[in-house]
Amino acid sequence: MKNVKILGTGCRNCQTTRNLVEEVAKAKGVIIELEKVEKIEDIMRYRILATPGVVIDGVVVHSGGIPERGTVERWFE
Amino acid sequence: MLRGLPIVLIIWVLAYTHLTELADFSIALLHLERTSAFGEAVYFFCYEVPKVLLLLIGIVFIMGIIQTFFAPERTRALLAGRRLGIGNLMAASLGIVTPFCSCSAVPLFIGFVTAGVPLGVTFSFLISAPMVNEVALALLLGLFGWKVAVLYLGMGLIIAIVAGSIIGMLRMEQYLEDWVRAIHFGNVATQDYTNFIWSQRIAAGIKHVREIVGRVWLYVVIGVGLGAIIHGYVPEDFMAALMGRDVWWAVPMAVILGVPMYSNAAGIIPIVEALIGKGAALGTTLAFMMSVIALSAPELLILRKVLKWPLIATFVGVVATGILLVGYVFNWVL
Repeated sequence: MKNVKILGTGCRNCQTTRNLVEEVAKAKGVIIELEKVEKIEDIMRYRILATPGVVIDGVVVHSGGIPERGTVERWFE
Repeated sequence: MLRGLPIVLIIWVLAYTHLTELADFSIALLHLERTSAFGEAVYFFCYEVPKVLLLLIGIVFIMGIIQTFFAPERTRALLAGRRLGIGNLMAASLGIVTPFCSCSAVPLFIGFVTAGVPLGVTFSFLISAPMVNEVALALLLGLFGWKVAVLYLGMGLIIAIVAGSIIGMLRMEQYLEDWVRAIHFGNVATQDYTNFIWSQRIAAGIKHVREIVGRVWLYVVIGVGLGAIIHGYVPEDFMAALMGRDVWWAVPMAVILGVPMYSNAAGIIPIVEALIGKGAALGTTLAFMMSVIALSAPELLILRKVLKWPLIATFVGVVATGILLVGYVFNWVL
């Protein structure tokens, strides 16, 4: 099981990213534990410059803008 | 995807060079005459909507490609440790080409300040990035022509540079929230953003169009629609008494009204353009636009998480003064 954190203060791009991640993980048959990190102090621990950010098992894999579907698919290979 | 690009380009050019024919055709199809107020309003709508949307698509596409050269991490590296002056100039310019969404203002602010970008330089970036954006430029270009678009760009840059320099000179670092000052980024591992291949850059341009135009097209249609109604029905000189150049209090009023409004450029510019046709002064309307876009109450509330009140008040004061001056100078010169 992968732990996925979506970093973002709750803007629309963050919501879209979250839905995309959920959808792709489901399609790939990967079980994930999805967490939303919304407090700015907590987001900044991951040292990203732009939201939304995506953290998988403690590693920042994406920051800024909605990721491409192809990119998300590679995370769950 | 790349193979389709020349075809799209040809369609774009053909459509853009035949806007009048398109509008004439639409009017004829609806059996309307331009001599009636309704006909004129419909004609205005059928001409301006395709024109503005085409410009928007073109400019947003090009900006999407340019932005692949300027990741925020790269901009930060360029700005770290810069002196006041040159740093503010660079920050304001980079604010135009670095991808930025207002919901990222806080992480970006913290990321910059804690990695050694001076406070004043960071502010120049934060003022320029939302104010001088591709949507505003595309709409100004479409509805007002290139002169006003260039003026807006120049004035936005000057406000960002001067306001950032003043904040820098005031040395207000102690008014950052304590938890922000406690963060030390040190050396951040940066990805290499320079090794995009061209097909990826073009793909980024297309993605940018889908995201931005997908989000604002409806505002453009509604904004131009309201503008068309104003064009067709509001009497000439209606706005002269309220927003004309001889009304001294119009500029400060425009700035104050702009702060609580949180609209994007796409919705506000078409309406503003129509008001100018009814006697509103250009400086007053520019001031209103800048205030709506650069100073918004929700964004100030977000910034409050990282800035203490004195710094927020200084930021608003300096930027508002800059916008006021722009408004008065334009009313006076033009």
